[in-house]
Amino acid sequence: MKQKTTTKTSYHIPIGPIHPALKEPVFFEFEIDGERIVDVDVKLGHVHRAVEWASRKRNPIQILYIAERICGICSYSHPVAFALAVEDAADIMIPERAEYLRVIQGELERICSHLLWAGVAAHEIGFDTVLFFTWQVRERTLDLTEFLTGNRITKAITMIGGVRRDITKDMLPRIQKDLDYLKECYGKLGKIFLEDKTIKLRSQGAGILTKEDALKLCAVGPTTRASGVKKDVRVDTSYFAYGDLDIDCITPADLTGTVNGDVYDRIIQRLLEVKQSIDLIEQCVDKMPAGDIVAEPKIAKLLAQLKKVNGEGVGRHEAPRGEVIHYVKLDGNDAPFTWKVRAPTYNNILPWIPMLKGEQIADIPIVAASTDPCISCTNRVGIVKDGNKYELTKEQLHKMSVEKTRRLMR
Amino acid sequence: MAKGLTKAFKKALWVYHCNSGSCNGCDIEIIAALCPRYDVERFGIKLVGSPRHADVLLVTGPVTRQMADKVKRVYEQMPDPKVVICVGNCGNTGDVFYESYNLVGPINQVLPVDVHVVGCPPRPEAIIFAVAKAWTKLETLEGK
Ligand code: SF4
Repeated sequence: MKQKTTTKTSYHIPIGPIHPALKEPVFFEFEIDGERIVDVDVKLGHVHRAVEWASRKRNPIQILYIAERICGICSYSHPVAFALAVEDAADIMIPERAEYLRVIQGELERICSHLLWAGVAAHEIGFDTVLFFTWQVRERTLDLTEFLTGNRITKAITMIGGVRRDITKDMLPRIQKDLDYLKECYGKLGKIFLEDKTIKLRSQGAGILTKEDALKLCAVGPTTRASGVKKDVRVDTSYFAYGDLDIDCITPADLTGTVNGDVYDRIIQRLLEVKQSIDLIEQCVDKMPAGDIVAEPKIAKLLAQLKKVNGEGVGRHEAPRGEVIHYVKLDGNDAPFTWKVRAPTYNNILPWIPMLKGEQIADIPIVAASTDPCISCTNRVGIVKDGNKYELTKEQLHKMSVEKTRRLMR
Repeated sequence: MAKGLTKAFKKALWVYHCNSGSCNGCDIEIIAALCPRYDVERFGIKLVGSPRHADVLLVTGPVTRQMADKVKRVYEQMPDPKVVICVGNCGNTGDVFYESYNLVGPINQVLPVDVHVVGCPPRPEAIIFAVAKAWTKLETLEGK
């Protein structure tokens, strides 16, 4: 933490790692001058569970289930990005129907995640009625998830080369019914979040992330789109069936005409995305062709095929919080040679610094929550160098990176 | 409801939730239990913001090295009598992370666990059932 040379004393306030305002263990140190935040430091590493390290002992199909448990909220995005990477390395073509089914699951997860976030954000500004309302709506989305996959949170739907469960004709009316309910609630939610005075007072003009900063700090997902940067893997690379669907990169300007990059814009952004996701699921249900749902249904055969592969692959997927990248190198063994995960929150932590500087202490929770951070996604690093295994904690790594950003910004 | 529980509860149960490195799956199910569908507040069960106010400690996650002493400190701050509930497979056994070099857990290596809830994540119903069981234990503890 840099030393101030002024005569006025500033205070250091540590928050975390266990704190009622934080849903996950993370440690902040704030430098406070009166009510204003002068400087912020973030420390991570409390949720480091050595996920990537564990992968070196397991085969790709077992890894799907570790990937699922990187984060309980993105429990579809991680395995699917991993599957994409393996498919890239092994040149597996996935059947067309599976591509559509994967879009449906991905969008369903986005709706769940954004609704969860909307509730948490409302809770952070003390608006618990809205928390309960959004979570009520979310329960319906979870019911639909359970109906389609068999579980509420960890879905185990992804398989390398496709998905594990099909959607049959008799399931369609139920899906439509739930989507209709969601659309109806969407109207109400939109009204609360866009017109309510309390939310506007607390979020407009708070935690601004400018377009320049968003670009410079490589923010991803709704956080960067709310600052006016048009970056969305679904549009940019059109993987899965996104190429055949009607999808456009949205920013808050589509609704309000301007982009401010404040917390309010991030709320609008996520609401618009919920609507987009409902629309995408409907399109998928309409257009889905008949056919297989997985390239190789026999697991033993698939594993044998993967064992022969020598190569590397990258999987990119637009998770609810932004772009998630998985890198895999297979070298002809049971377990992959290496597996690397870059979760979206990793990119979205640095933007906290420009967002929080100059804000009031009371704004910390809502500003920090506005990027929808997922700490458990971010804490994994184990490094092998010169044959010696040692771990580099994200704390050190992150500190270095935070210091660098400060130097750049000075 | 759990066996041995009197019909009228002697007091409202206050719960403190501590995340020791979980994947969030269990944590969101705990919050879901508080929300309208399951609504545990109607039984007087409430999440509180400080361990000093709590009767029950809900721990999720496999206890990473950095969190071990913090979890212990939270436990020590709670007034007696108290019970500890471990929610989720990874706190009970390590789950998919079992062999990781960064784990001190499972939780019963760090704290005395009274109720184990299995599932990855357990459904909200299971979490509520565990809290009810903890209640029975608390009432017997208080009776002594
Ligand atoms: S038990 Fe499963 S869902 Fe719960 S925190 Fe552990 S890995 Fe996540």
